[in-house]
Amino acid sequence: MDVIADLTVQGVQMALVLLLAPLLTGFVRKLKAHLVRRQGPSVFQPYRDLLRLLRKEVVLAENASWLFRVAPYLIFAATWVAAALVPTFATGLVFSWSADLIAIIALLGSARFFLALAGLDVGTSFGGIGSSREMLIGTLAEPAMIMIVFTLALIAGSTQLATMADYMLSPAVGLRVSLGLSLIALIMVAIAENARIPVDNPATHLELTMVHEAMVLEYSGRHLAMIELAAALKLQLYISLIACLFAPWGLARDGGGIAAYAVGIAFFIVKLAVGGLLLALFETAIAKMRVFRVPEFLGAALMLGLLGTLLLFVSKGL
Amino acid sequence: MGTLSFDVAHLLAGGLVLVSFMMLYQDRLYALLNVFALHAVVLALSVAWQAYVQHAPHLYVTAAIALLFKGMVIPFALHRMVIRLGIHREIETVVGVGMTMLAGMGLVALSMVVMLRVTPTADPLAREDLAFALSVLLLGLLIMVTRRNAVSQVVGFMSLENGLVLAATGAKGMPLVVEISVAFSILIAFIVIGIFLFRIRERFDTVDIGALDDFRGERR
Repeated sequence: MDVIADLTVQGVQMALVLLLAPLLTGFVRKLKAHLVRRQGPSVFQPYRDLLRLLRKEVVLAENASWLFRVAPYLIFAATWVAAALVPTFATGLVFSWSADLIAIIALLGSARFFLALAGLDVGTSFGGIGSSREMLIGTLAEPAMIMIVFTLALIAGSTQLATMADYMLSPAVGLRVSLGLSLIALIMVAIAENARIPVDNPATHLELTMVHEAMVLEYSGRHLAMIELAAALKLQLYISLIACLFAPWGLARDGGGIAAYAVGIAFFIVKLAVGGLLLALFETAIAKMRVFRVPEFLGAALMLGLLGTLLLFVSKGL
Repeated sequence: MGTLSFDVAHLLAGGLVLVSFMMLYQDRLYALLNVFALHAVVLALSVAWQAYVQHAPHLYVTAAIALLFKGMVIPFALHRMVIRLGIHREIETVVGVGMTMLAGMGLVALSMVVMLRVTPTADPLAREDLAFALSVLLLGLLIMVTRRNAVSQVVGFMSLENGLVLAATGAKGMPLVVEISVAFSILIAFIVIGIFLFRIRERFDTVDIGALDDFRGERR
């Protein structure tokens, strides 16, 4: 029976991330519209968009290979698995042992790889430029992410997310500069990875600056739905990752029972809302930067991660 | 010494290093001056916390001096100076920001290696403060080296001095007279530098230090 219960909880987690992801995207859009005094579409608009896309016919370019057709499913699957591994409302899930931060980064990295390949596959110039820029951002964001993981792993003594969250909940953490530095660096990486405003703006089709949009220009129908859903999942993944590492309050512990899980889910939804609110505020307050300033931005994130690791050696704990 | 007092001291001193990095990252003069004011505010907080932890009331005076002069008077004066010199829109760095940041990381690592090797038996708080102070100092030097504009070199010099104050408060027992005299000598130095800036400007029509090299007959 225990196994069935555990699997149910894990299934709830997988379903929850999938169901909430478009809502989060819609919520951020709605907030951004309100902040600039516009009405904005309903928060449920992303669901409608996805359903509409799923019903539509797929239009393929003549020279699209099998890779072009397979890539959306691979991207979606990798992102969904990664999002389902991050502890959102409970730490002691069945697959917690595999919820390793490095594994999650690898999953996201392979999703990015396929997206870039798909962008190149059709052979349009936009796809090429998008893939090239995406790889530029990726090669800079990943080292920064790895440095953040090193810092956190050195503090918590493990790269497993569940263990890390448990450690962050315990009073042993204390006040550390390294944690603050890695939080800021993680937010910067999350902004770059999710193609949010200072780095990229997926809401426009401006060829001077677009990165993510340029790669998916050729997609239509259900393929586009998969990619859009994967993008929403990725945004949610990063917010829940930040929440799980730096604000792990309300996470249900191992074998907490139904009540603890319900509280965990409520906390998770509140955390997502707060994350979305902060993101919307940040995005309306800041201007988009030039593409060639992105390396500096991510270089700063890498520097913060590195500094965090260095400062760990000064603090008393290590 | 409690964990909390150590942690807060660590946080503030680490924050000072971080703000030094922010200064290194800025490539516009206005932003640089604002970050410099922030640097002084963080320093004042750090010194005030040391005063509280060490029960040394005279350190509050140092904190107040840092807040008043370095956090308000000098940035304000520099703002006005930048406007009068007409260089408030300029961007200036010698090498790219990325390389500068990497060099800065190297300096921080160096100062930590040096300080942690040299002072294994010292009080952890003082030891850590010294390591951070050395890195702030070296970063200030780096700002002076990587900038061509005389105003940002002044900012680098002032932030270097902030590192000295941090070191002095970490190592217990600096007399008040010394602190006040250091603070005032910095103020005098600032005035002298300000006069020099306008002289350089009058003479060469620019505050770019490269002009001085040409004047001495050194070609780049």
